[in-house]
Amino acid sequence: MIYDVIIIGSGPAGYTAALYTSRAFLKTVVLAGFEPGGQLTTTTEVDNFPGFPEGVLGPKLVTDMKSQVERFGAEIKQEAVTAVEKEDVFTVKTAGTTYQAKTVIVATGASAMYLGLPSEEKLRGKGVSGCATCDGFFFKGKVVVVVGGGDTAMEEATFLTKFSPKVTVIHRRDEFRASAIMLDRARKDPRISFLTNKIIEEILGETEVTGVRIRDTKTNEVIDYPTQGVFLAIGHKPSTGFLNGLVDLDPKGYVKVQRTMSPLDPQTATNVPGLFAAGDCVDPRYRQAIVAAGQGCMAAMDAEKYLESHGS
Amino acid sequence: MADVTDQTFEAEVMKSTVPVLVDFWAVWCTPCQIQGPIVEDVATTLGDKVKVVKLNVDENPVYAQKFGIMSIPTMMIFKNGAVAKQFIGVTSKDVLVGELTKLM
Repeated sequence: MIYDVIIIGSGPAGYTAALYTSRAFLKTVVLAGFEPGGQLTTTTEVDNFPGFPEGVLGPKLVTDMKSQVERFGAEIKQEAVTAVEKEDVFTVKTAGTTYQAKTVIVATGASAMYLGLPSEEKLRGKGVSGCATCDGFFFKGKVVVVVGGGDTAMEEATFLTKFSPKVTVIHRRDEFRASAIMLDRARKDPRISFLTNKIIEEILGETEVTGVRIRDTKTNEVIDYPTQGVFLAIGHKPSTGFLNGLVDLDPKGYVKVQRTMSPLDPQTATNVPGLFAAGDCVDPRYRQAIVAAGQGCMAAMDAEKYLESHGS
Repeated sequence: MADVTDQTFEAEVMKSTVPVLVDFWAVWCTPCQIQGPIVEDVATTLGDKVKVVKLNVDENPVYAQKFGIMSIPTMMIFKNGAVAKQFIGVTSKDVLVGELTKLM
């Protein structure tokens, strides 16, 4: 069978795209990947998605998006894509199955980055974590650090105070990328303190984390700072490795979309005709659920238009 | 898939005559919701040559602490009452089936 649209990814971009394509009666399959729901599934309260006056839990928001898509008949498969090829049609491969479609929408988002230290790798799951909502529970009564300066770092720090009596945010600059409201909330919390202009050189401990070795970027002073947990929130990298060779990526791995100034051009088109991209995998700048959802809608409409003009 | 608890762990896992895959999980852990169906699938694929169980770390702190679980999902394979292999984070069916098959 040849689908009209294969959507790779299941965050707000992927599900919004699927909502539009399936509502337009296009035969749609969503390949949801190894982290179905994407980054929203590891957040807690989402206060900046319009339509929820009391806020909404991230996992709930994305589960509701999924239900909405299912109402219009899109298929959703819990499979991760390993390769995409194009001849007359697109062939999309997962571990066990091969799918074919006339168009593809890439909405694979981004995944959390690690520092890349051997000591971090050794102690992952033994005090080093990339997900406070998953692992905070294991740090009841323990002191922890959060590494990073964005919204994720502030959210994780605030969340961790439910378990930890003392949370230290360690950031490599003295300016924060976090939004004012998130930063303010963390700064007002007496259980959260801040260390700025500090780089993590090593995570200390043999069988479990005992501390971090940090260097001051101004004075070069190195100190060992005791902690039992290290939560990393240092940013994300786009999940686009499987596209290499087919689709143009920028040096950081983001999919290049046309984004021309002409409103008549498909803004989500890539260098491959019929392949569109949306959400955090194209967006190093905004990285918001609402932006991803908007781009998912654009990609769906671009794909629909493409199918009309190429005979569907 | 059967649940094990702090009360049944010794008998069900440590004294098992076949390799046991234990999925340490909790309700509030979203990646665990992804791991759950994968582990069920492993159980279906391998049948009674292995035992596949899950342990809720929230309700059963003793064994979660004993094995130093600090991140979930964690999966451990036990053979003859000892930990033979450990996986941290969402782990694919292929990897789990591969490791279990080696230990059968």
